[in-house]
Amino acid sequence: MATIAELGIRYRSGEATPTGVVRAYLERIEALNPQVRAYFTVTRDTALAQAEAAEKRLKAGAPLGLLDGIPLAIKDVICTKGIRTACGSKILEPFVPPYDATVIARLGAAGAIILGKTNMDEFAMGSSTENSAFFPTRNPWDLGRVPGGSSGGSAAAVAADLALGALGSDTGGSIRQPAAFCGTVGLKPTYGRVSRYGLVAFASSLDQIGPFARDVRGAALILQAIAGHDPLDSTSTEVPVPDYTAALGRGIEGLRVGVPAEYFIEGMDPEVEAAVRAAIDVLKGLGARTEKVSLPHTDYALAAYYLIAPAEASSNLARYDGVKYGYRAAGGKDLIQMYGRTRAEGFGAEVKRRIMLGTYALSAGYYEAYYGKAQRVRTLVRRDFQQAFERVDLLVCPTAPSVAFKLGDKEDPLQMYLCDVFTIPVNLAGLPGLSLPGGFTATGLPIGLQLIGKPFDEATLLSAAYAYEQVTPWHTRAPELA
Amino acid sequence: MSRAADYEDVIGLEVHAQLLTRSKMFCGCPTTFGGAPNSQTCPICQGMPGVLPVINRRAVEFAMRTALALHCTINSGCRFARKHYYYPDMPKNYQISQYEEPLAVEGWLEIEVGGQVKRIGIQRVHLEEDVGKLVHEGTLETARASLVDFNRSGVPLMEIVSKPDIRSPEEAAVYFKALRAILIYLGVCDGNMEEGSLRCDTNVSIRPRGSSELGTKVEVKNLNSFKNVQQATAYEGERQRMAITSGQTIVQETRLWEADRSYTLSMRSKEYAHDYRYFPEPDLVPLKVEQRWADQLRTTLPELPVERQRRFVSQYGLPAYDADLLTQSRALADYYEAAVREYPKPKVVSNWVMSELLRELLGDDEAAISKSPIPPRNLARLLALIEDGTISGKIAKDVFEKMYRSGEDAETIVRREGLVQVADAGALGAVVGQVLASNPGAVEDWKKGKKQSLGFLVGQVMKATQGKANPALVNQLLLERLPKEP
Repeated sequence: MATIAELGIRYRSGEATPTGVVRAYLERIEALNPQVRAYFTVTRDTALAQAEAAEKRLKAGAPLGLLDGIPLAIKDVICTKGIRTACGSKILEPFVPPYDATVIARLGAAGAIILGKTNMDEFAMGSSTENSAFFPTRNPWDLGRVPGGSSGGSAAAVAADLALGALGSDTGGSIRQPAAFCGTVGLKPTYGRVSRYGLVAFASSLDQIGPFARDVRGAALILQAIAGHDPLDSTSTEVPVPDYTAALGRGIEGLRVGVPAEYFIEGMDPEVEAAVRAAIDVLKGLGARTEKVSLPHTDYALAAYYLIAPAEASSNLARYDGVKYGYRAAGGKDLIQMYGRTRAEGFGAEVKRRIMLGTYALSAGYYEAYYGKAQRVRTLVRRDFQQAFERVDLLVCPTAPSVAFKLGDKEDPLQMYLCDVFTIPVNLAGLPGLSLPGGFTATGLPIGLQLIGKPFDEATLLSAAYAYEQVTPWHTRAPELA
Repeated sequence: MSRAADYEDVIGLEVHAQLLTRSKMFCGCPTTFGGAPNSQTCPICQGMPGVLPVINRRAVEFAMRTALALHCTINSGCRFARKHYYYPDMPKNYQISQYEEPLAVEGWLEIEVGGQVKRIGIQRVHLEEDVGKLVHEGTLETARASLVDFNRSGVPLMEIVSKPDIRSPEEAAVYFKALRAILIYLGVCDGNMEEGSLRCDTNVSIRPRGSSELGTKVEVKNLNSFKNVQQATAYEGERQRMAITSGQTIVQETRLWEADRSYTLSMRSKEYAHDYRYFPEPDLVPLKVEQRWADQLRTTLPELPVERQRRFVSQYGLPAYDADLLTQSRALADYYEAAVREYPKPKVVSNWVMSELLRELLGDDEAAISKSPIPPRNLARLLALIEDGTISGKIAKDVFEKMYRSGEDAETIVRREGLVQVADAGALGAVVGQVLASNPGAVEDWKKGKKQSLGFLVGQVMKATQGKANPALVNQLLLERLPKEP
């Protein structure tokens, strides 16, 4: 099993070719995807065509960059021109975008190859990929367990080596939590670091696209290709993009690492806590100075998130009405019936629940008490982080309170929401967060370690993660699939 | 029991103006009118999944120019907000508009009604996007299908909301007219009400004279002419007066003006009012307006209609009526001034522009004036031909029509058609002699003291010369040959 960087070296030495690698991946997908169900759509023909083009460039000695010829998987929430983008939803099942998301255009310009679109919780709402309208994705480490969500398909594809890397989206933990559950690296960049143009919106003020890879360098390479200002996204910033791979070797000698007290809670899996504490010791051993910090408003973050995210979702999802694209229910007698039936049949239970929550939170007379109050809590959560970052360079904590759970285990939506208790505050504050393998349970399930950085300081996150990765064996383990 | 006359109207106007930007409010699609359905659309203005808006800088500039012309305060920061309701002509099922933080607030517009100058307060100026258009197969009732055309979706709209300072339907119409003129002068809107570039809703309530409280207001929609604004506002005020004086209460509601039948019709009452669920548009960052930008725009504002009208009165000595009419559009006022520069008799030029030119042109807007086949210089030359006696005023009107149809200048037409006025006493004398000889009855009448017969004889001479005779000379020659004062 190679990494992105290793495959790039083999391409250049002639040991491997993009067409050979893509064919091998397509075969592996054919063999293993029926078990893992990571992909919703496999783009065999376009992948092979892209591989041939990459091969020509490499043979001519003129590759487009370090991602040229690298096969990746794309979460089905990101628009791909001419390739169905269903968002895990029946309502978008027939939707074929007429345009590429900015990240897709940038990956294309870097020569990356798209193997297919990955399964996900419907409209990125969920933490297990069980909310996909089509089928649940399985965790490659234990097919009876969930891969996490909502980017479960992307995480599982990378973990099962059905792609070398992937793109996901993270609104409240949807990259980091599945990365933790599947034992891969997953990075949610700072809000505004990566263009959202072409990302089907869930909660616009929280959504961010980011990479999955088997190692930190792979995540850095993908981020490098997709980061930076986009004139099509007014919320993307003009902050310069540093050279992330150059930052990897920086080391963490003298780095001040904060350990937030509120992220070690009662009821969390003791194996997770033990692994994270051990990881903190490893960082200390590498020369980092650790100290306790407090993020006092953490308790309120989940509640604020479940007002803000559904409020924005209720607005973003209003466009799915059967008029223009996607699914339209048959038999409506008039406009109102067409709307009602289309949305009743097109959306799943969790999406409907959040649309109702959000509609209520924005309605006249309740706006201040719910949406307004939640925004004020959000400001307090952001301030907590600002104060902590006056003293430390990054924070270290668990990605999720537990490891991957069994399918069907969390039928109560509130139990499911609690999966994201350590990741949601990071989205509310707009900060970068990275999850990387931090150990395994006795039964062999991956444990995620989360690093949280200052705004636009992905380089420090990546360098700390890389330093940890160099002295730990976790990322070299692979699930056994037959 | 109160009497209808005891109540006064309290009126406020909401005006929507389509901005003359080349591209749409939040995407790069063209804004031109009349393309094939959905030919001027992209994923953004079709509300596709995943798209994001980007603010059109030119639209912001146009709204700022308007706000400055209306003496508003431009907010240093403003925000866009989403306004939600479901309708198939609106692709996202929300409209990006402005709500709590508009671009500009607190201005005024001066109007003149019955010789009185009055300031109407401007509450706010904000930007938003237009919706698409539904095309029904047949009529709305019988259609089996409705189609959506998104060409107009996303076209920049500016909403200008007045304060409830308007006190009569006439004031409402004058305000709307004055506002339209300003928008046209600023070059931000073409003012075309038939194509819907400029639309108006009016809010009407009534209250006992002398009261400072506001009554329950009713919004009347669908007003697309000055006449409609005045009639609908008047109708609604009367309807409310009748209701109140007969003991009923006014219900807060939205009513639709039926122009064909001249009455308002209830659309929806307050209980069914939309809950628009406004919230700040998270896809756009707050818009910061630098003072420097506003200052720079202020220096580039053109002379506005009221100022220009006053200058026309003082500089050209025109009656207020002429000045008002000639300054309704910047293009027309420019035309007038260009003609006056060439032929410096302002009132004569004014008469010709108002009576002849405006009768021929289809409108007074930029497009109509620029298409005029008679440029100002040609009009001036025509008037000069009258002045130097080359042609008579009567002939000049025919020449004007020919100029309008052919685009030729006056000299060319006059020369080719031999319309030069006959001012030669010798040549005219012969004609006068013939006319006197063949109209002995009229000569007899003259002798009997009927002075009108002179006019008849002048007419006969003009007829015989196909209007080319100099009327003053004809008069003189006739008087010389007729017996002295009867």
